[in-house]
This record gives sequence, structure tokens and C-alpha cells, in this order.
Amino acid sequence: MGKRAFFAESLSNEEEASSIKATVASVRIEPTNGWVSLNLRETWEFRELIYFLVWRDIKVRYKQTLLGGTWAIIQPFFTMVVFSLFFGKLAKIPSDGLPYPIFVFTALVPWAFFATGLSMASNSIVANSRLITKVYFPRICIPIASVTGGVLDFVIAFVVLVGMTLYYGITPSIKMVCLPFFLILAFSTSLGASLWLSAIYVRFHDVRHVIPFLIQIWLFATPIAYPASLIPEPWYTIYGINPMTGVVEGFRWALLNTNTNPGLSTILSSLVALGLLISGALYFRRIERTFADII
Amino acid sequence: MGNIAIQAENLGKQYRIGTLRNKQNFREAIIGSVKNQLRHVAQLFYKNAGDTNEAGRTIWALKDVSFQINFGDRLGIIGRNGSGKSTLLKILSRITEPTTGFAQIQGRVRSMLEVGTGFHHELTGRENIFLNGAILGMKKDEIRKRFDEIVAFSEVEKFIDTPVKHYSSGMYMRLAFAVAAHLESEILIVDEVLSVGDNKFQNKCLNKMQEVGEQGRTVLFVSHSIPAVTRLCNKAILLDEGRLLEEGPATKIAKTYFSKGLNYLPAERLWQNADSVPGGEIVRLYAVRVKAENGEIAEQVKINRAVEIEMEYNVIKGGYILMPHFHLFNQEGTKIFITLDIDAEWRKRPRPEGRYTSRVLIPGNFLQEGLHIVWSALITLEPMIVQFFEKDAVMFQVVENADADTARGDYARNIDGAVRPLLKWTTSYDAIKH
Repeated sequence: MGKRAFFAESLSNEEEASSIKATVASVRIEPTNGWVSLNLRETWEFRELIYFLVWRDIKVRYKQTLLGGTWAIIQPFFTMVVFSLFFGKLAKIPSDGLPYPIFVFTALVPWAFFATGLSMASNSIVANSRLITKVYFPRICIPIASVTGGVLDFVIAFVVLVGMTLYYGITPSIKMVCLPFFLILAFSTSLGASLWLSAIYVRFHDVRHVIPFLIQIWLFATPIAYPASLIPEPWYTIYGINPMTGVVEGFRWALLNTNTNPGLSTILSSLVALGLLISGALYFRRIERTFADII
Repeated sequence: MGNIAIQAENLGKQYRIGTLRNKQNFREAIIGSVKNQLRHVAQLFYKNAGDTNEAGRTIWALKDVSFQINFGDRLGIIGRNGSGKSTLLKILSRITEPTTGFAQIQGRVRSMLEVGTGFHHELTGRENIFLNGAILGMKKDEIRKRFDEIVAFSEVEKFIDTPVKHYSSGMYMRLAFAVAAHLESEILIVDEVLSVGDNKFQNKCLNKMQEVGEQGRTVLFVSHSIPAVTRLCNKAILLDEGRLLEEGPATKIAKTYFSKGLNYLPAERLWQNADSVPGGEIVRLYAVRVKAENGEIAEQVKINRAVEIEMEYNVIKGGYILMPHFHLFNQEGTKIFITLDIDAEWRKRPRPEGRYTSRVLIPGNFLQEGLHIVWSALITLEPMIVQFFEKDAVMFQVVENADADTARGDYARNIDGAVRPLLKWTTSYDAIKH
């Protein structure tokens, strides 16, 4: 009884009362079946965990590397050099009247963010299997953190990108305010696809072999090395089914003042990305209950 | 909100075990494999797809387990390896879902199923405290508030800004436990985490856990060490093969555990495999034995007979003064005594390399009847280092002997107590009435 009294007392302690009252919710643990709600509220409650996972990924990524954060620039930069040489100079692929290097680099920066996020997040559940089998938290925090971790690299590369636009004498316009939207679009696409892949990966390790392959195909299915304007209407709009088309075309439109009109295509891209994200999250939630058992 | 912190009803967990394939010809194999693939694909969506005619391939790790824990209870979960203890903790920690039944939990649950979950070896001690704290469910402010306390508990102040990959395993464990020990929640679930680290630190952990229990929080505790369970917990449940055998006061359950032979240990143990032998660069344990007066290995000894416990060990590096010792526990998990080798012959003498056997004779009419568990340990005195510490090394049973004159005398009923020594009684008599 003494202990019971103590507990009651600690409840009445004003400092803690509010926090305990808020969290002494009754939890019922039981088998679940079929589709379950996304439980976004609980994920929100674990936002600090997401923060720490992002922070860990960023801290660890460039530990014991010589060049550290410079890698965030080196990768897209050298891809740009190679693309400019082969596609721009040799194949003479058009670039909406812009210098080819800036044309392709503007696309490569958001693409690198997308592709790194997709590759990291798809692996993330299996890579964090120790956590999955030992601690409870909404599993979705892990892929969210993995994709978010790429934002810093993106920012570093973006600074270089802005520097390049100035070097090429392109004056920034008000359209730049739309850039965050296209970044969110890239984020959603990356996360949506990763949710599917990371959940399937837990059961079928085949996914590990699929990811690099998928990214490569997706790269060429996205107008990075070539302009989407090569494609006539109505196919141009339909091309927006690939959400990364919306991202890449959007970046060029907002940053380089291209004469393209991505309107309809962007809407289509956004809808597809949203669908991918929601379906991925639902599927992830459906499968996550088995993670600890089969991982 | 009632008095009940956790109520579990018919909890069960079924696992699929590795597929047992019958012999089949090539055509069957192809068809079977296609079927399997389709079923696997179906499993992506329906977790029960393909369950038909697979009943033989599943096992129940936990079945029909029901119990109730009140606020402030410290519940020990006892059972052999594979009895379902960890599965139960995983269900209550929401790591895995039960297949049947439900559990109703009031309050925040935080669990410590492993020491140092999520520690990253490239990060410093300080960084890992924050990371690990967040993973275990602490808020940033909460960690900040308790940071100094955690560091002080871990005793790694000097290295707090060093990456943990440079830590010794002891430091790593101390830091990891320190974080977990400072979790604030109404319900704390702790798996076998105290079996790590040295003895001194284990004791410190156990004290900390006891403190947590005394704060009126609800604790669920799994340990192979029955003494730890009986010291820490007021109640216990006993699991065997996934079923709940008994629930009740911890000491009573501990007794059942031993008496049912669920914690069977032999009377003689040999360590011949170089990989698993207790010990290090100086001394290695070779054998521990329980012997009766006639010199034979004995699982049972009569209460009025002496029992000899011996340890055989190899000194690999000579020149140290050694002190072998035994810890003796009873079936309730109470430590009865520690006996140190103070034999004059070797007491102050550095020992040359070679094989030694040290024996201690426990006289008859001293121990209580029942099971006794022996822990075997050895330290070097200079420097004071534990060379090996083999818990639950051997076991023997002390049985009544009705034919002999024992401490029982003519009393036929139960006599409890940790020991039952035959002591000298005298009575003086004075015929004058007062």
C-alpha cells in the first residue's frame, strides 16, 4: 500500500503531473490485422528521435573520411562533368538554350538528394535491425530520418549550384520561392518509394540488388541529361507520371528561367508523389508489425 | 485508473520455424518453388497467406499466459532458456505483436532489453548518451537534466568526449547501463542486462534497480540469476515451454524453479573447450566438483555428512598470489556464504605454473536441506583482479537423513532457515523454586 501511496503522490506533484497525465494513456497490446491507420500522431511524438537519427546519420556519414562534406559536391559535380562531355559535347543533346553544364547540374543536385535518400532509406530498416528487435518506436521514423539526412548534403550542393548560375550570368528570379515545393516533391517521392522498398526488403533481400538498378533506370527515365521539351504534348504532360520529372523540370524552371511550362505536368507529378507516399506509408504500417519477427 | 499496471490475458506468440522440405523430384521442386514464390508474393500483403497445411512448421513461443501486475510491483520472470521470457518482454515492450490474447498497460513503458542499443562506435560518450537516450524514449530536455547523473553513474567522466570505440568493454557497458538506468517511466522492463560487466558493477546496477523499485515504479525483470531476482522482485512468474507454470512471491517461485529441476546443474563441470573456458592470461578454470565423504562425485549428500567442493584450475602465468573462493546459494536464491581459501600453505606464496586443485570441506549438520548452487571464483590479490567468476557452476542437494542424529532432533515438521547447524545446547538446572 505504501508504494501505491507514493505513486499517487508523484502524480499530484505539480511539476510532473501534466506530463504524466498527458502520457499515462492506457495502451492495449493485441494482434492487429489488415490495414491499420497511419498513426501520424505517434510519429509526431517521436520527432526528437527522428532528429537524433538524422543527427547520427550526418555525424557518422563523413567520419574518418578525408574530404568530409565535400563529397556532397564532388558526386554531382563530376557527374555533371562526365555528362557535359559525353551528352553535351559529343552527343550534342539540346539543353533548352542553356549552357549544358548548368542545365545538367541543376537537375543533378535534386536528383542526388532523391537517389541518396532512396538508397539509404530502402536499406535503413535492415541496417537498423538491432534497434527494431530491441526497442519500440514507430518504425517509420527510420526511413524518414534517412531521407531527411540528405538535406544537409543538398544544401551544400545547392550553394554551389547558386554559385554556378551566377557564374553563367543567370539572374535569379522570384520563381525561386517555388524551390522548396520542388524539394518537398523530391522528398516525398524518395520517401514514398523507400517505404515500399524498405518494408519489402525485410522479407526479401532481393531488394538490395534491385535498388542500384532501379536508381540507374530512373535516372535515365528522368529528363536529367536531356530536356523534357524534346517530348511533344500530350506526352510531355503524361511524362509527369514520373514525379522526378516534376522535380527536375521544376528546378530548371525556378532557377534557370527556362521557357518550359511545367504546370500540368507538375500537378500530375505531385499527385503521383502523394499517392506513392500514402500507399507506401500504409503498406509500411501494414508490414511493420512483422519486422521484429522476420528481420 | 485502477491499481493494475499490466494485465495480460491469454497472451500467445506463434513463430514459423524454418521450412522442412520433403524429398521431391525435379518437377515437383519446380512447381513447389513457383507455388512458394507466389505464396511469398501473397505474403507481402496478407500475413496469413499460405498458412494452410503449414501447422507443423510453427511453434508457440508463448501460450495462454495470463497474469496481473499492480503498480509498484517488481515482477521477476523466471524460466530456462527458450521458456518464452524474452518473447513475453518483447510483446509487452511492443516490439512484436502477440498472435493471441491481449495486454492492457497503464502508463509509459520503457524497456532495456539490451545494454547499449543504438550506440554508435564512432560517436563520443556524450553523443551516445543523447542518441541512446532518444532511442530509449527520453526527451532531449530529460536527458540534459540527467546528464551529469548519468555520467557520474557510468564513471567514465574523463572519456566522455572520446569515441566509444576506444572504450574498454567495461566502460562501454557502464555507460550504456547508466543511460538506461536513468529512464523515467512508470513501467520499466529489464531483460538480462545485469549479466555483463564485472561483479562490482553488477552490484551497482542491482542497487540502482532496487532503488528504482523502491521509488514505487513497476519493474519487470528477467534474469538467469535467481539471487538477483529474489533480491529485486517481490513477485515472480515461472515460465516453461511458453506456458506460465506458477505465479506468486519471488522466493516461492524461485523454490519451485529449482525443485522442478528447471534449473538443472550437474555436480561436476569440466571446461575443456579453450574458447569457453572461464579465466584469462593468468589462471583458467578446469573443473568444479561436488564430492561426498567417500570422494565420489555426489549430486546428493546427506544432511549429517560433510560435503567437499573443489575447483581445479591451471595457472598459465606464474608469480601471483591467488585466492580461490566459492559462493553458495540456496534454492530461494539467498546467498548463504562466501568461503575464501585461506590455506596457510599458499596464502602468501606466489604460485608457479601448473595445475592446482583447491578444496573446501563443509561439515555435516551445517547446511539446510534442499538444493545448493555453487559459484566458483578466483582472484589475484596483487593486483586485485577477478580471474574468473563462474556463476551457477555446479549444484547439489542436501537431503534429510532420518537414521542419524541431526539438528532436527525429534522434531518432525518443517524447519526453515538458511542453514541448519547442529549446535551445542546446554541447560542448567536449579531445583529451588523462585
